[in-house]
Amino acid sequence: MTLLAAQIKEAHETDTTALVVFILLFLLVTAIGFVAVRWRAAKLTNLDEWGLGGRKFGTVVTWFLLGGDLYTAYTFVAVPALVFGAGAAGFFALPYTIIVYPLVFLWMPRLWSVCRANGYVTPADFVRGRYGSRTLPLLVALTGILATMPYIALQLVGIQVVLGALGVKGDWPLVIAFVILAAYTYQSGLRAPALIAVVKDALIYLTVIVAVVYIPSKVGGFDNIFSAAGQALPKKTPPGSLIPGTADAQVAYATLALGSALALFLYPHALTGVLSAKSAQVVRRNAAILPAYSFVLGLIALLGYMAIARGITPTNPNFAVPDLFLNVFPSWFVGVAFGAIAIGALVPAAVMSIASANLFTRNVWKEYLHREATPEEEAKVAKITSLVVKVGALLIIILAPVKYAIDFQLLGGVWIIQTLPAIIVGLYSRWFHRWALIAGWAVGMAFGTIMAASNSFKPVTSVLGTTVYTALSAFVLNLVVAVGLTLLLRAFGSRDVRDETRPQDFDELAEGRFQRQPEREPELRPA
Amino acid sequence: MSATSERRARAHGGARWWYALLALPFIGLLWLPLYAKKGPELFGFPFFYWYQFAWVIVAAALTIAVYRATRAER
Repeated sequence: MTLLAAQIKEAHETDTTALVVFILLFLLVTAIGFVAVRWRAAKLTNLDEWGLGGRKFGTVVTWFLLGGDLYTAYTFVAVPALVFGAGAAGFFALPYTIIVYPLVFLWMPRLWSVCRANGYVTPADFVRGRYGSRTLPLLVALTGILATMPYIALQLVGIQVVLGALGVKGDWPLVIAFVILAAYTYQSGLRAPALIAVVKDALIYLTVIVAVVYIPSKVGGFDNIFSAAGQALPKKTPPGSLIPGTADAQVAYATLALGSALALFLYPHALTGVLSAKSAQVVRRNAAILPAYSFVLGLIALLGYMAIARGITPTNPNFAVPDLFLNVFPSWFVGVAFGAIAIGALVPAAVMSIASANLFTRNVWKEYLHREATPEEEAKVAKITSLVVKVGALLIIILAPVKYAIDFQLLGGVWIIQTLPAIIVGLYSRWFHRWALIAGWAVGMAFGTIMAASNSFKPVTSVLGTTVYTALSAFVLNLVVAVGLTLLLRAFGSRDVRDETRPQDFDELAEGRFQRQPEREPELRPA
Repeated sequence: MSATSERRARAHGGARWWYALLALPFIGLLWLPLYAKKGPELFGFPFFYWYQFAWVIVAAALTIAVYRATRAER
């Protein structure tokens, strides 16, 4: 055991071969990022082109983009780390990423259609048009930006972990990587991550397939992997388990899966990926083929058990998988695998910064600061915002302890789900009153934040005698308030303001046949 | 009735019940007592693990079935 630990420690010294392969891969995607500006060339001085890739991505590109965007580097590090440390509890990522796709299949083609028909670039644009409110879309946009910031920061943690495992010291390599990312995102917009995602996903699939074939052969097959994990997990502090045995653990598992699935496609980066598709059918098809990534994610989670079976003893569980790779793979393949993780951070970080920039530009800048903004000005503001967002994330990681970013990201999940009633329910019905939605949002945000903070940022809290994902309980409270207040406001005869969407705008089978002219007068309809 | 809603009714009319299939993954995965157990094992995987991996494929197949059944008529 001591010998193994010594080997791992030694491996953290600079591994030249691995580092060279890693740098070559990084240079490759940098080149792709800059060349992307010429791909399906268009005037990038327009937010639709810069921020949504011109809404032209077909089934395959959307599959790569969404896959590259949703299954982030941090996921690849943190999920197996959680499984390594806690066992089954960390495996909820699999049911979560299975049940999310039926929801995508039902909801997202409708959202795509109404956004296309009305030229909406962000979900907050839709909320603004649907509810005729100025406050509600601002809250939706700010919630999205706030939830995304720590998510970007955690992508940096993913890069930091692999750089650390490669024996690279100091913050400057991280800064360089991010400056390069910022530069090609600024120049190429959403086209850059869309193209880079192809490389990222190819490398991830390669790494995972090699890992799940090769590593079990070195540790005596899956029988041994699971029995080693079954023996080691109960001895951890706090004790983990191979199967969620208690009722509490099972409720926590199910609510984490459900709550995370409800929240995922409210995140701005997920919606940006959806809106950049060229048709609602592309979105529907992707709901059927994206689960391929979930299968891979499940296998990645099992790497945590493989690390246990291999006797890996990292100082920090985040190093479980990098250390496992260093331990079993030849140097050059370590370079490939770590390159996959680092590039896996660049794609989501780029899309997240673009999505936040779109929100800021459309729903804060144009709505509140400069109403006369032309499409050119929108694109310019968005480009600059994408830089500011990245610098902010970089500062968080360099200046604040990583724990803050992780706690903050957990809160991000609690917050973003509070926008579900306005966005998703709004796709089907305008029954909710806009002020009731605002009140529900406020209660959900406050309750969720207080619950999470008072429970030292554990994802689950005790509710009604069982343990429930905090985001889900806060969301239920939000719904109750929104329903109650809507009934009350209607009883007092409060009238709705105009809804600029038309029923046919939502028709996902219409394929944009009802698209309106961009420079239209808002249609006034009685409520 | 507008042209759209007529089309919609045609496309969805008999096909609407297909959407119910999408509820199955939720039932199969959110009710833990169904699968939070060790056996029977498959290829060394405890039941808890291979059952969930199997659902990836089943859920994708269900989605494809619903997609095909509810596609717009060409």
